[in-house]
Amino acid sequence: MSVLVRAEGLAGAYGPVDALNEVTFALQAGERCGVLGPNGGGKTTLFRLLTGELAPRRGTLERPRVAIVAQTERSRLDFPVSALDVALMGALSRTPWWRRPRRTERALAHEALERVGLADEAQRTFGDLSGGQRQRVLVARALVQDAPVVLLDEPFTGLDARSADRLERLLAELAAEGRALLIATHDPDQARGWERVLCVNRRMVAFGAPDATLTDAVLEQTYGRRLAGVL
Amino acid sequence: MLDVLLDPWRDELTRRALAEVTLLGIAGGALGCWIVHLRLAYAAESLAHGLLPGLVVAALTGIPLLAGGAAGLALAALGVAVAGRLPALDQDTAVAVVVTTLLGLGGLLALSAQTPPGLGDLLFGDVLATGDGDLALAAATVAVVLAALWLLHPSLLAVTFDRAIAPALGRPPFTADVAVALLLALVLLVAVQGLGNLLVVAVLVGPAAAARLVTRRMAPMIAVAAGVAVAGGLAGLYVSYHGRTAAGASVAAALVAAWALTAAATHVRGLRT
Repeated sequence: MSVLVRAEGLAGAYGPVDALNEVTFALQAGERCGVLGPNGGGKTTLFRLLTGELAPRRGTLERPRVAIVAQTERSRLDFPVSALDVALMGALSRTPWWRRPRRTERALAHEALERVGLADEAQRTFGDLSGGQRQRVLVARALVQDAPVVLLDEPFTGLDARSADRLERLLAELAAEGRALLIATHDPDQARGWERVLCVNRRMVAFGAPDATLTDAVLEQTYGRRLAGVL
Repeated sequence: MLDVLLDPWRDELTRRALAEVTLLGIAGGALGCWIVHLRLAYAAESLAHGLLPGLVVAALTGIPLLAGGAAGLALAALGVAVAGRLPALDQDTAVAVVVTTLLGLGGLLALSAQTPPGLGDLLFGDVLATGDGDLALAAATVAVVLAALWLLHPSLLAVTFDRAIAPALGRPPFTADVAVALLLALVLLVAVQGLGNLLVVAVLVGPAAAARLVTRRMAPMIAVAAGVAVAGGLAGLYVSYHGRTAAGASVAAALVAAWALTAAATHVRGLRT
């Protein structure tokens, strides 16, 4: 298996104080990695470093092209775009800004929507879709980007059980194709089903296989004493 | 009845005015859709008012209004940029302070005893004074705006949909922001001479806001907004001709009325279903 993402002593900051530091991990093709941490613990900072939106304060980071599946409530749900329009945005990174998408790119976007089970919803307005459907449209956009690494920012938040199952199956498929996935989540039990976990609380607390990594001590350092007891 | 419809166009002046408001309507209506979705309506209004001193100085010194307006626009943009960085002011307050200052300064210059009459034309426009040069300029503006919006369409969609993610898609918002700002400056400069300093924003915001209510995609919205703007211009000139009201103000009123009627109609339809 080949290493897709490698971070060594990575730190990210917005002001003088590090928002996240001491991040060292390597992800191989085909691995799903749960990113666990409290709100403000640095999950979003890690994603910004990985997409290149934030330059590392210290350390090194090697990764190929990265696609992100953001939380859809943060996008403009009143904006008049179809599911197909959103999937098609994945082709932008390969085209200069003055060139409009061609038929081949539209075909790719249709294919991607079909893969995520939304072929019939291609012409529906993005904001009118359910939360689970919107997540899958963004996964389709990542497929059009054809990125070897996909980041998912709390994709299971607000999904009903059926949508969550469906998304979980889709993520397994993406990993089986040889992509590396980083999935921010609040649910350590869900992360136990994946190959790796990365725990952060303003610094990296632990990284490794879930069973060996998600000890009481690690959960306590990640979430603080009280919450770790509940989980 | 036919006379009522045809009478206004027997005159060269009103024919030119119609051509001018049609061209301005297409450019303003189309660009206005992005202005509305990028939440730049307030910025557009501010820039339009902020360029008044430039127009007045141009009128006083005899340099072309276009050059004066461009200088006024640059001054307003610079003022907003500087004031917005003052820690004591938030962005909206900074814009309001700068624009009110500039509008006041423009009024002060225009109402001084030495100033020849004609402030009204700067504030409310004089679409009936459209010349060949104005028409050529408006036609060129339409061509530039439509071509730029067509080319930038995919980028603008991505940036407006989710600014935070756009860089990861290969479209940093900066390019789109600069392009829209330049197009806005162009349309304001050209339209301000026909529609006036106080009314120019009507063509950017009214038709786009109306089109937003009845369309579900950007491309149809742009087409509908341009159509509404042209229809509003036509209606405004009829009102102006038969009611002997000011042409620019009548057009602006018709553009805003288009939004109000559309909003009322969609509301009533919404109640029925």
